[in-house]
Formats: sequence, C-alpha cells, structure tokens
Amino acid sequence: MSENVKMSDDLKAVAKKLFEEKKIDLLIGYEKGTLPLRTTPCFVTSAGDCDRLVWDGFCSNNLAVYLPRLFSREGRPKDWRPPRVAVVAKGCDGRSLVGLVKEKQAPRDNLIIVGVPCRGVVDLKKVQAALDGKEPAGGEIAEDGTLTVHVDGGKDIRLGRDEVIFDSCKGCPHPDAPVCDIRVGQELAEKQAEADFGDIADFEAKSSQERWDAFVAEISKCIRCYACRQACPNCYCTTCFAEQTQPRWIGVGKDLTEVMIYHLGRIFHQAGRCVDCGACVRACPMDIDLRLFTRKILKDVKELFGYEAGVSLEEPPPLCTFKMEDDQSFITEP
Amino acid sequence: MTKMKTAEKQETTKKQEETPAEEWQPRIVAFLCNWCSYAGADLAGVSRIQYPPNVRVIRVPCSGRINPLFILSALRQGIDGVLVSGCHPGDCHYISGNLVARRKFALLKNWLEYVGIEAERVQFSWVSAAEGGRFAQILQKVIESVKRVGPIQKLTKKL
Repeated sequence: MSENVKMSDDLKAVAKKLFEEKKIDLLIGYEKGTLPLRTTPCFVTSAGDCDRLVWDGFCSNNLAVYLPRLFSREGRPKDWRPPRVAVVAKGCDGRSLVGLVKEKQAPRDNLIIVGVPCRGVVDLKKVQAALDGKEPAGGEIAEDGTLTVHVDGGKDIRLGRDEVIFDSCKGCPHPDAPVCDIRVGQELAEKQAEADFGDIADFEAKSSQERWDAFVAEISKCIRCYACRQACPNCYCTTCFAEQTQPRWIGVGKDLTEVMIYHLGRIFHQAGRCVDCGACVRACPMDIDLRLFTRKILKDVKELFGYEAGVSLEEPPPLCTFKMEDDQSFITEP
Repeated sequence: MTKMKTAEKQETTKKQEETPAEEWQPRIVAFLCNWCSYAGADLAGVSRIQYPPNVRVIRVPCSGRINPLFILSALRQGIDGVLVSGCHPGDCHYISGNLVARRKFALLKNWLEYVGIEAERVQFSWVSAAEGGRFAQILQKVIESVKRVGPIQKLTKKL
C-alpha cells in the first residue's frame, strides 16, 4: 500500500472519529477532482461523507481561505453560534490558520487543525509543459516524490520531485503545520533550511530603473481579475481598498498606475501575514511572478523585526508592536 | 474644473515663456502630526523662519494615522515628494503611535524602493514642537533631494 493511500485512509479515520465524537460540524479537506492529477476542496459534514477525503501531493489549495467567511458574524442572527470546524492543513495552510486565529478571524476554540506532512505540491503547469502537449490520464506520486504520469496510448512518464513541485514549495521551511491539534502521518523530521532569499537579494542589487522596468513588465500583464486576492487566506477585508468608494483610492479601470497601486497596496497589506504559500501565484491566470514581490516583504519583516508569520500563536503580529531599538536608519536626519 | 485647469495651464505656459530659465519647482505634501511636527511648522512660521513654499501641509492626529495608501495616492496624483513627520521616538502624545508607525514606514520605504521608485520621493522625519528651525531645514533638504530626481513620472496617472 503506497504512502499516499495510507495517509488518505488515516485521514478518513481521523475525520470519522471527529464526527462520531461530535467534536466538529464541518471538516474542510480535499477530494479527488474531476480531472486527472487534480484535487478539489471538499466540505464534509457527516461521518458517512468522510470517504471522499484524500491527501496527496496534488492538494494544492490553501484551505484557510474559507475560514474568515465561515466565522464572520456579518449578516448572521444575534444568537448565531460559530460552527466547529476541522481543517486539513499542510505546513503553509497551518501557518495561515495561525495568522487568522491571531487576527481574530477564526476562534481557536472552534478550530481543529489536522496537520498533514507535505513534501511539496505538484504544479500542473510544469507537468503539462513536461508532457509536451499530451493529455495526462492519471498518475501517482511515489514516496520519494517522483511523479508517474499515465498518458493515453503512450508510455508512462516519470518526473522527479524537483521538476514538478511549485517554486514556493522548494526549500519550504515548514513542511508540517507548526500549530496543530491532530497530526496525521509522520511529522517530517528533516526540517528544511531557513527560507532562502537569494533571488530577492539579486533583484535588490539591480539598478532602480531595471527594477522599475521589471515591475512594469510583470504588473502590465495583470487583468485585475483579483484572483490573487480571492485565493489569499490573509486577504479577508470585507471591502478591499481597491473597491472602496469612500475614499476611492483607485478607479476600476485597467490604467497601469491603478493596477500598480492595487498590487503595491495588496502586497504591502500582507506584511507580517504572508506565509509564502503560493496561492496567489497559482490563482493568477496571467502568470505574474507575484512571489518576486511578496517575498521582498517577507524578507524585510524577517530581517527588520525577526518575525516569521504563522509560526507561533503567542508572538504578536509585527506591525501591532514595536521595540525602542527598531531600525530607524531610513529616517531623514534622525 | 476644466476651465480652471485650462486657465492654470495657460498661466503656467505664460510663466514658462516669460522666464524660461526658471527652475522647476516640485510639489511636496507633508503629513505632520498634530502634537509635534505641525506645531514645529507653526513655530517656524511664528518665528519667521523662511522655508520654500512648495509644501502642502496635511495635519494628522499622529504619525500612526498614516495609511500607506495616503502616500501612494499622493504620488499617483502627481505629487513629486511626500514627507511624513511625527514626534521623536518616546515623545508621542499617544505613547507609542510613532513607534508602531516606524515599523510600517521602514517596510514601506524599502518596498517602494524595491519596485524602483526613487528613495527621495518618500521621506520620514521626527520634528518636535520646539524645532521650528529644524523643520525648515529638513524641508529644505527634502525639496532639494526631490529636485535632484525631477518631476514624478512613475506611478502617476496620465490623463
């Protein structure tokens, strides 16, 4: 029995037990998608439904994104009681959940985090590119992360782990959810190295004009579908500044400066929140390299304030606190 | 509105024709905190300390009130430089507003520079209510540095 099948079975058993013990009203996990090599988020509400659950390297969505709306009191009756929810969480999802709990978007008491070990999720765009136009009919992931893709009327194609996983998964510093109530499967003992910001440092080293040109080149691809915002678990504002009308920060058109302000503002809002799960990049239909920008903020938060998002429940968010000795070398004549 | 704009335009063109060698003057927005920097600017005025007229002052209750979008909006609307000034660390009227803001400012400054916007465009400073002379000095310095980088082209909506 392969590891993935065993993991899925363990997950089903855990989920069933939670429902049977009446500990939860809802479990958010993944089920098999309608297309090969895909999974889709699924909402399980009873023990009988738990057999739909799966867990493997195709489970790319960040499930924390559903929580703020699930727990929001807006438009709900006064005596409404928030549901008790369990969420299947890989490392990045778990960190997003911690962030949401800290920002009071999800009550910790009503939340059960089911941690699953993650060796990186498969980027279907990379698989598609490797298949060279052939349609995949199915596939599985071996224990070492090698992906075997079955092709209709052709030989199986084997792809190494590093060839197919998302860029954001490479060198992931937290493959397991740092805070969790139930852990399914073995915790990945081999904790990986600290996040590497080499590419960001390279970009910083470029001239101002080069950086601007690169920024313009990336952002001019944007069609303002807001998919990055919708996919991001930390973008939970009920009214986004991009759509606010009082004051109206930016228009709704595709004028480049407005698109820029949208991205500058949105990414800046993620300071101390972004966990580099890559959900925005996955959601982007125009293949904008958003991580080139989100990771700059990540790097600065780490370097200036020594803060890493979603790792502990106790540490206050970096922009809600301060130290007397914080860097102020940027101040004009301090 | 349009009339006024045309009139303004005509006036500026006229001015340019009359004195072609006249130096370009940047437009600066200064967000000053009510308790220190605004009073500092006021002191500069009361003490009759001269400082350039390029600045438009917006009074805010505290430098912690500054939303990064204020700064982005100003730049987008064609302001050449933004100065944000608050109380010195430890002197905040609200105890720690400027200290929390300082973290936000550090990130914002790096962030705008990272995407290629000139560092001179957005500047931060601490000015107390007793530092009228220093306020004028800082303003002078900000204006000079903005003059060096020239009128804002990036991020400004062209109509």
